[in-house]
Amino acid sequence: MKPPAQSDRSADTARFFDYDGSMTSTPTELIRNFSIIAHIDHGKSTLADRLIQATGALTAREMTEQVLDNMDIEKERGITIKAQTVRLSYPAKDGKTYILNLMDTPGHVDFAYEVSRSLAACEGSLLVVDASQGVEAQTLANVYQAIDANHEIVPVLNKIDLPAAEPDRVKQQIEDVIGLDASDAVEISAKTGLNIEAVLEALVTRLPPPVGDDTAPLTALLVDSWYDQYLGVIILVRIKNGRLRKGMRIRMMSSGAVHTVEQVGVFAPKLRPEPDLGPGEIGFITAAIKTVADCNVGDTITDDRHPATEALPGFKPSIPVVWCGLYPVEADDFEKLRESLGRLRLNDASFHYEAETSAALGFGFRCGFLGLLHLEIVQERLSREFDLDLIATAPSVVYRLTKTNGETMDLHNPADMPDGSLIDHIEEPWIKATILVPDDYLGAVLTLCNERRGHQVDLTYVGNRAMAVYRLPLNEVVFDFYDRLKSISRGYASFDYQMDNYLESDLAKISILVNLEPVDALSFIAHKSVAETRGRAICAKLKDLIPKQLFKIAIQAAIGGRVIARETISALSKDVTAKCYGGDISRKRKLLDKQKEGKKRMRQFGKVEIPQSAFLAALKMDA
Amino acid sequence: MQFLALYIHWPFCLSKCPYCDFNSHVRAAIPEARILAALRTELAFEAARLGPRRLASIFFGGGTPSLMAPESVAAVIADATALFTPAPDLEITLEANPTSIEAGRFRAYRDAGVNRISIGVQSLDDAALTFLGRNHSAAQAMAAVEIGRDIFPRASFDLIYARPGQTLAAWRAELATALAVGLDHLSLYQLTIEPGTQFATLYGRAAFTLPDDEDAAALYDATAEIAARFGLAPYEISNYAKPGQESRHNLAYWRYQDYAGIGAGAHGRITIGDQLIATRRHRAPEAWAGRVEARGHGSVEEAEVSADERAREALLMGLRLAEGIDTKAYAARTGRALIDTLDPDILDQALLAGYLEATPDRLIATAEGRKRLNSLLTALVR
Repeated sequence: MKPPAQSDRSADTARFFDYDGSMTSTPTELIRNFSIIAHIDHGKSTLADRLIQATGALTAREMTEQVLDNMDIEKERGITIKAQTVRLSYPAKDGKTYILNLMDTPGHVDFAYEVSRSLAACEGSLLVVDASQGVEAQTLANVYQAIDANHEIVPVLNKIDLPAAEPDRVKQQIEDVIGLDASDAVEISAKTGLNIEAVLEALVTRLPPPVGDDTAPLTALLVDSWYDQYLGVIILVRIKNGRLRKGMRIRMMSSGAVHTVEQVGVFAPKLRPEPDLGPGEIGFITAAIKTVADCNVGDTITDDRHPATEALPGFKPSIPVVWCGLYPVEADDFEKLRESLGRLRLNDASFHYEAETSAALGFGFRCGFLGLLHLEIVQERLSREFDLDLIATAPSVVYRLTKTNGETMDLHNPADMPDGSLIDHIEEPWIKATILVPDDYLGAVLTLCNERRGHQVDLTYVGNRAMAVYRLPLNEVVFDFYDRLKSISRGYASFDYQMDNYLESDLAKISILVNLEPVDALSFIAHKSVAETRGRAICAKLKDLIPKQLFKIAIQAAIGGRVIARETISALSKDVTAKCYGGDISRKRKLLDKQKEGKKRMRQFGKVEIPQSAFLAALKMDA
Repeated sequence: MQFLALYIHWPFCLSKCPYCDFNSHVRAAIPEARILAALRTELAFEAARLGPRRLASIFFGGGTPSLMAPESVAAVIADATALFTPAPDLEITLEANPTSIEAGRFRAYRDAGVNRISIGVQSLDDAALTFLGRNHSAAQAMAAVEIGRDIFPRASFDLIYARPGQTLAAWRAELATALAVGLDHLSLYQLTIEPGTQFATLYGRAAFTLPDDEDAAALYDATAEIAARFGLAPYEISNYAKPGQESRHNLAYWRYQDYAGIGAGAHGRITIGDQLIATRRHRAPEAWAGRVEARGHGSVEEAEVSADERAREALLMGLRLAEGIDTKAYAARTGRALIDTLDPDILDQALLAGYLEATPDRLIATAEGRKRLNSLLTALVR
């Protein structure tokens, strides 16, 4: 898209703003900041919509389904990728009008850190649980985070209107599993709007107001940021102490970067300018910042002239844990891919990329993600928003390698693995996974976890569901764990994880060779105990995927020089060679030229053409 | 005197067969007089620019040339032999459908000068004939073959194999029956699904399946084995003959010699001066005739064939033949050394795999190589 001319910008900006010109900051006792914790499909977005509607923040005409999920992908998948917020004005039963700031948190474990910062911006949470489905693993992780953030938690049972709703059982479950008193849970139907008023009232009466010192030096938590074509970077902030004013010179405490605030305002939910934001308030600022990479989630914003002495606690730079190569299917698209990645990065500082080349796939990028879902989302956005056909290599985790000379390195591409003789030892990342699964499938789930080198930490029963806590190597999870888990539990298992630690491990790089030539894009690192099985699986898969060709093809998996698996694709036995009619040789020659051209576009290894589709399927690695 | 093979296209059929992508048209009434006149005009036009030529063959193809009146065939032959210098062993082939009506005209075609008949039998199985959209029975076809064999000095017929559901045993039996008739030449084609045909649509919808490469190879091997039992050798991928009974006309294509193509949709490769020209006539019979009437020929394209193109065309045609490519003739015809057209690595591998054979003056695709000629060519061409 062409950036608008300077003169358009002010016009468009004016359209964004709905300025009534007369707001002053609200006293903290009339503010309630809250987030909503829910499993996918348990109704978080629908509830948010109802709250917005009930408080009249948007007219019916302005409401589109699920206001807060801005991106198509968010709408389709029902997950939130960027933190969003909306300021609601609610006249409570006590006669006072409260400002309710709803902070919509990213809804997936990959964004655990972002979630923790969103939670740190609030004093309480609504825990939304589907009254028929009950608590899911994902809910658990987030609710524990909310408890860690000292939130007051109000349980809300949604979909109470459904025949399958079992509010009493689910309340019991909330008490058993989470340890929260659910006796005064609010029973609602976000879909029909039933009891929404009670939710608003609970927010006012049960959540504590924020505390903060109006006169102290400014400390504001940078909750999230995103790039707006017209306004530049928009930063979502929560004011802890002091006041944030238009025109103020602010300093990012982690980077030291200084900017002048251009606009201050709130999300109503449209951007609405305010002269300033005071303690307890949640809002936005713009400061002519060009890229979100300068705005680290969790950073503390302070007044450059009267800086706070101490930053807010909990800042962590975001570190990718899963890496994969992304290559354009058409080599010509490389520049387009570079540009698209740059544009994505404008809005997503947690995503990393660097150029790399592969003998198999040509020019591409090594990309780092917060997790598998993050990877999937980025890939999907590239194909959807930027219309790019991509090949992704198998995801790899970050290994810590110590060489015999004492040097250490972080390895996030199997192709970069040094020769075995140079390696002293390798450590791999482990996660702590929580799996909730109906009793019937528990056996299969435990078998899967054990196959994947898991160590059981805990196993408890909640009604007819089991909650297994396992420590697992992350590389076993990125392989195909989630797909397998879904299939063996018929979709009933829910799964969540957090990064745990690094441990030394007996790992090896498995190379895949086609006619003795290694195909770099297919190499992977695995534990030696599973190397042979994996190697055999991918050889067998390639055998099915690569069409028979003129000569027989040897496919091998090898660790170093040792072949651990081998398959042979026999030569094609017979072509269909058509007769030659009436001397139409031109047609035959053109056909030959076309086939030749098609061959050129295929990736060649040891004179073997591997069709794009075979690559894609082989890289999927679903066992 | 320069060599010439002459192809005459008769672009009409009584019905369109579902596998066929040839230039054929169904008309309620065939405008025979107009088409014949145009054929003769175009032939004269071509002769004028070709100059004196030793005419080695005339081939009436189609469509269905056995729908032509014998007098029409006679007129074209008379013109051709007058315009060019007929070789003493001039081969004149006419393609025929094996219906009783057409067999009734065989004697008259022979009298017109046709000395070789090529009959589109396609199958000796009535169910298969229905599937293939043929409007004759196996019995009618064999009767026509016997008439043809007795009337013409040389006779051949076509069969299509590797049909859906065809077993190896059934094909062996069918082929043995066909060969027992005692002909010197057979064309045995593997069923191919050509774009734009009714079969392509049906196949695309998975209405039927075809044998896989291994089954097709077994059928091909059986074909050669049974033909050999009757003294016929494969001299081209799909053509089998007793020694000396090869189709000279088709050999001209495969040896990449000059041939003139007369009639709607016909193609030619003719040397004029020091250029090799590819000619392509308008496909629609009436439009073609209109052009001929207006300017003497019905070409929609006449383009010089570049050295690169000649090199690839001569390669892809020549490797179809059991005799392979004469490297000297190849270089003379294309202006390129054969070795320069080939990917050296693939050439080595193909020689090693036994797909190709090199002699001091020939490059030959072996039987194993001809079985995989599409893949071999795609890999081999540089």
